Amino acid sequence: MDLNQLTIDAARSAIQERKTTSMALVESHYERIQKEDSAIGAFLTLTKERAMEQADRIDRLASEGKMLPPLGGVPVAIKDVMCTRGVRTTAGSKILENFVPPYDCTAVARLEAAGAVVLGKLNCDEFAMGSSNENSAYHPVRNPRDTSRVPGGSSGGSAAAVAASMAVVTLGSDTGGSIRQPASFCGVVGLMPTYGRVSRYGLIAFASSLDHIGPLAKNVKDAATVLKTIAGRDPMDTTSADVPVPDYVAELENPVSGLRIGVAKEYFGDGLDAEVRKAVEDAIESLAKLGCDVVPVSLPHSEYAIPTYYIVATAEASSNLARFDGVRYGFRAKNARTLSDMYRRSRDEGFGQEVKRRIMLGTYALSAGYYDAYYLKAQKVRTLLTRDFDEAFKKVDAIVTPTSPTAAFKLGEKANDPLAMYLADIYTVTADLAGIPGISIPCGVTKEKLPIGLQILGKHFDEATILRLGFAYERLSI
Amino acid sequence: MKVTDKDVAYVADLANLELTEEERTHMVRDLNSILEYVDKLSRLNTDKVEPMAQVSDRYGVDTTKVASERFAYASREDILFGLRPSLPHEEALANAPDADENFFKVPKVIER
Repeated sequence: MDLNQLTIDAARSAIQERKTTSMALVESHYERIQKEDSAIGAFLTLTKERAMEQADRIDRLASEGKMLPPLGGVPVAIKDVMCTRGVRTTAGSKILENFVPPYDCTAVARLEAAGAVVLGKLNCDEFAMGSSNENSAYHPVRNPRDTSRVPGGSSGGSAAAVAASMAVVTLGSDTGGSIRQPASFCGVVGLMPTYGRVSRYGLIAFASSLDHIGPLAKNVKDAATVLKTIAGRDPMDTTSADVPVPDYVAELENPVSGLRIGVAKEYFGDGLDAEVRKAVEDAIESLAKLGCDVVPVSLPHSEYAIPTYYIVATAEASSNLARFDGVRYGFRAKNARTLSDMYRRSRDEGFGQEVKRRIMLGTYALSAGYYDAYYLKAQKVRTLLTRDFDEAFKKVDAIVTPTSPTAAFKLGEKANDPLAMYLADIYTVTADLAGIPGISIPCGVTKEKLPIGLQILGKHFDEATILRLGFAYERLSI
Repeated sequence: MKVTDKDVAYVADLANLELTEEERTHMVRDLNSILEYVDKLSRLNTDKVEPMAQVSDRYGVDTTKVASERFAYASREDILFGLRPSLPHEEALANAPDADENFFKVPKVIER
C-alpha cells in the first residue's frame, strides 16, 4: 500500500481496519513534503504538533474498535487564508507574517471535527490576489507536473500539494477562479460550491460577495466528501445559507443519461488554445455518449465578465483591506512619527505590488465622481451576467466549458502585464459573480503533457448535479 | 490617459498608501491600461438594470418585503454572551505590534 496515493475512503478504511495508522499516514506525508517541497514550495507552515495530536486521537478510536468519522485520520492541508487557532496565518502576505489567529475558520473546524488531520498551511498569492501564485510574498509555487511552470492561482499551493501527493485533499478559496484554475493547471479536481453553501467565517476577506471556500482533491468523490463535511449554515456568517445539504456522495452514482448539458459558444472563442479546445470538445462528446443531451446555449454578456469582476472585486478588496493598519495585528513600520504616518508606512511596506494595485483600482472605482461610472455600472452588469445564467439554466441542467483558455504558463511569462494575467480567469470569474457552483476536472493533457481542465457549472445550490457529471466523466476517463 | 499623476496621489491618500515615485509611475500606467479595458462596460445600456451587490438575494431574501424585513432569514434572537465568549485581554492583545496589559499603543495622534 502506497500511503501517499490513498483517497479519503481508502485512507480511512485502512486505518479503521488497522492495516495502517493515522500516525503512519501523517509521517509518510511529512516525509514526502520534506523530500519534494523544496522544489515545489507549496507549504508555508507545518503544524506537526497539531497533526500528531489529532492522528493519535484517531488511532486510539481505531484501536478501541470505534467507528471512525468520515475523514478519520486523513491528512489534509489548508490554504493560508483560513485562520487556524494558534497557528500562524499569513494570507501569503508580509503584513501578516507574525499573525497567530485566536480562533479557527469554520470550514477548518468542521474538517477536524470530522477526523481530518491538518498537516500545515499552504502558499498562495498574497490575499488570494493572483492567477499564478507568483504574488506570494514568501516564494512562488511551482507546478509539480513541470516545475518551470506556474501551478495557477491563487490556491496554487492547495493544487500543487494534492498533485504532488503531499496531502490527500486540501482547502482552497475561489474569488475569481482561484480553486478551479489551479486545479486545472495541476491536473486535480477543484470544486467551488455555491456562494453561501460554505461559511466564510475565519476566511481572510478579499471580496466578501465573491469569496468561496472549497476542496481540491485527487478525485470527484473526495471533493464530494469534503463538501458534505464543510457545507451548511453557520450562525457566525450571516451570508451562509440555511439550505439543506444533500448527501453528495450517495448521489454520485445516479445516472447522467438524460441530463441536458449546455455548451456556450462564448466560451470557445478567440484566445482559446487549440489543444484545450479539442480536449474539452472530446469530453463533451464523451458526456453525450453517456446519454447527456448537448444543448447550445448563449451567455451573451460573457465578454464583460472580466471588467465587471475587476471593478467589483477590487472595490470590495479596498474596503476589506482597510483593516490592516498596524494597530491590532500585523506588521507595523518602525519609527513612525504620527499615527497617520504609521498607517501609511505600515501598509506601504507590508503590502506587495499586486495588492496595492488592486487597492488603488478599487479605491478609484469607489471614489467621488467615479462611483456611478465604475462601481455601480459593474454591479448592474453583474445582474446581466447572472441573468444570462438564469436564462441558460431554463434549458439545461449544467454548462460545460474549458476551465482556463490555456494550460499552465511559464513562471515570469505574465508577471509584468497585469491585464494579461487577469485574462487567465476569463472562463471562471462569471460563476463567482453569479454565485453558481463550478467544478474543474482533468480532461487530458497537451502534447507537452500539461493537464487540461474541464469546467462544469451548475445551478445555485445544485452541486449534486455537477459532481454527478464529473464523477461519470472521471470514471470514463480512468 | 484618464488617470493622471495627480489622481494617483489623491487615490493613494484615500487608501492610506504612500507609494514611492517609481510605484506611482507604474500605477499611472497600470490603472490606465486596466481602466481602458474596463471602459467596454460603457457600451452596455444598463439604465433599467438593478445593481447586484450580493448573491444572498438568491436564498433567504423575502422579495415581497421591504427594507430590513427582506433579510429576516439572517436574523436571530440575541444571545446573552454572543455566539462565542469575548477574547480575554491577553489573547486579544497578543498580536498587537505594541500594547500594554490593557490597550493597543499607537504613535501620537495630534502633532504639536
